[in-house]
Amino acid sequence: MTAVLESPEAKLNTTTVTELDALESESIFVFREVAAEFERPVILFSGGKDSIVMLHLARKAFAPAGVPFSLLHVDTGHNFPEVLDYRDATVNALGLRLEVASVEEYIADGRLRERSDGTRNPLQTIPLLDAINGHRFDAVFGGGRRDEERARAKERIFSLRDEFGQWDPRNQRPELWSLYNGKHRPGEHVRVFPLSNWTELDVWNYIEREQIPLPSIYYAHERDVFERDGMLLGVGPYSQPRDGEVVSNRVVRYRTVGDMSCTGAVASTAKSAAEVVIEVAASELTERGATRADDRVSEAAMEDRKREGYF
Amino acid sequence: MSTPTEQSFQLAQRQLLRLATAGSVDDGKSTLVGRLLHDCKAILADQIAHVQTVSAARGGDFDFALLTDGLRAEREQGITIDVAYRYFATDKRSFILADCPGHVQYTRNTVTGASTADVVIILVDARHGVLEQTRRHLAVAGLLRVPHVVLAVNKIDLVGYDEAVFTGIAKDVNEVADQLGIADVHAIPVSALVGDNVVERSAQTSWYDGPTLLEYLENANGRTDTSQQPLRFPVQYVIRPQTDDEYRDYRGYTGTVASGTVSVGDPVIVLPAGRRTSVAGIDKAVVTATSTTVAERPSAVAGEAVTVRLADDIDVARGSVIVAAEASPGTRRELAATVCWLSDRPLTVGARLLIKHTTTTAQAIVTKITGALDVTSAGTLSVVPATGLELNDIGKVQLKVAAPLAADPYSSNAITGSFLLIDAHDGWTLAAGMIDDEEGELL
Repeated sequence: MTAVLESPEAKLNTTTVTELDALESESIFVFREVAAEFERPVILFSGGKDSIVMLHLARKAFAPAGVPFSLLHVDTGHNFPEVLDYRDATVNALGLRLEVASVEEYIADGRLRERSDGTRNPLQTIPLLDAINGHRFDAVFGGGRRDEERARAKERIFSLRDEFGQWDPRNQRPELWSLYNGKHRPGEHVRVFPLSNWTELDVWNYIEREQIPLPSIYYAHERDVFERDGMLLGVGPYSQPRDGEVVSNRVVRYRTVGDMSCTGAVASTAKSAAEVVIEVAASELTERGATRADDRVSEAAMEDRKREGYF
Repeated sequence: MSTPTEQSFQLAQRQLLRLATAGSVDDGKSTLVGRLLHDCKAILADQIAHVQTVSAARGGDFDFALLTDGLRAEREQGITIDVAYRYFATDKRSFILADCPGHVQYTRNTVTGASTADVVIILVDARHGVLEQTRRHLAVAGLLRVPHVVLAVNKIDLVGYDEAVFTGIAKDVNEVADQLGIADVHAIPVSALVGDNVVERSAQTSWYDGPTLLEYLENANGRTDTSQQPLRFPVQYVIRPQTDDEYRDYRGYTGTVASGTVSVGDPVIVLPAGRRTSVAGIDKAVVTATSTTVAERPSAVAGEAVTVRLADDIDVARGSVIVAAEASPGTRRELAATVCWLSDRPLTVGARLLIKHTTTTAQAIVTKITGALDVTSAGTLSVVPATGLELNDIGKVQLKVAAPLAADPYSSNAITGSFLLIDAHDGWTLAAGMIDDEEGELL
């Protein structure tokens, strides 16, 4: 029925567990705890690299059976087409169930209003919370990592949200050893972050080791871009140069994938995961610092969004 | 620069080190962490720019603490409220650092940080010496059996780099550590603000010939290797694909090896039922873009997440623990344990709670509170009689549990020897518990 694994790792047969293996095992443990203790878990899946790695780990946790969770994507309506294609292809290939919460629909029927700056990342909170309530999801897996941002550095792996979806960072449950406490009252839910202890470099090393396919925009490609606030924004339907902003054709890649209107590209020639590993290791900017306009709004922009129920 | 393959290989060979910081308010903990990250070049340009902007807006010098104090309230009050996790790496290894609060009100967060740590760094202000919080943090490190404790005698510049001050504090700490059975305390004179002996060796402390803090951390042994101990494998979740393919009859028990090594053919006992069987197979997932299968492994060691198949068709579910047949811990419904009380709601005898132990959650009743550790008075630690436990108390209790637990003493197994106490009504985590040896050695 099964074949003996003939990989080089297996032959090393060391008695200690190495860094990437330790992170992988820790994440798999978290997925299994949630599957056993919650009734309706869901994985937030955007087609970004962190959610792709999350799904890969979830598949490993339950192999040879399928993933016992559905997926949820909060679609801002400003997503990269390559990312949406990847999302749909993955869902089809694996026979998964995908729920989509559409910011566009909320704007169309007046439940949300477009912001003056045109970015839609902050608008995702309400559709997300409505989807969680509507589907009665009790555990929601997010790909957030503690190394990303200073408010995320304070997150538990199991993080309780009240019935309004709010996070209270001053009053978090202690989280000890690997004893994750998923108890919650009706109406509350738990956000679960299986990649908490992974860094951007770990994610890329893992993508390379596991040969995980990603949307093409993560690798170097030519694109018409203009510079704004020190970031390279791609010319597209949701991001047009203003007066004085010069468009040029550059070789770039995306380090993070979010709303097209506020996600910047970085100059890069990295065409493979292995080359990205080298680039990330040498980078002098954090991934959010280099690519996210929405985190620059204030000293605690992410904390404020998270308190309201954001990812 | 090394090639990608070399890099990945190096990464695969290195061991993570998990560390936690502890100290009283204003001992300079966040400054030390900021200094460590900064001098390890783990702070990137945009993070430095952010701290410069905020520091300048407040009319002060570059404030290292802003690198870790991420919450609005922390920055406003200038204190650390909750654990912040930081990640950095040197050429030698990667680190996960839990920067824990010092304020007594937030001691529960220090317990959180210390529970997964390989090393705890306890800061003491050279001007103030050992305080109540120092004793409490040492007690936490001792009870949780953190393998290594580093005493960072901080602000050594403010006492004129006086060796006598340093050795005096180190002696006081060692006396407390001895009582708690902490074997390995290494003292280092540092100034987080100036950078003495954090990453760079200080020219001012010629009387100190030990390692800098970073040198110590780079060379400390990581997690205690428990792969030679008896097998403990708590079952998390049962996999039965029931698909129409080669896995139609597959039945696998998932879990992470808590201790020991599991090999195909090993005789095992499944607790709590006590049924004897043997290991038929050990599987790890093989996942490609389109297929999800498993490959068989001859064995798996402590820390690995795997799926175990058994030779006999017996009742195994979440909460079962697969153990070495020759070294079964048996089961128990009554526990004597040491607990760190983490809630504002006091504990009283007769309280009905939930206990979470490995993958079992069951009802429990507190039948006795035997005593509490007194950390308030200087000198020796002592156990005083207690009728209840309050926030941040460390006490000794007896519990009666509604389900049989496959438990070991915490001193021999941190995973099967630890538990949480949970409020059955609102789910709050009330206490961290460690199962005592028969002798009840710690208190």
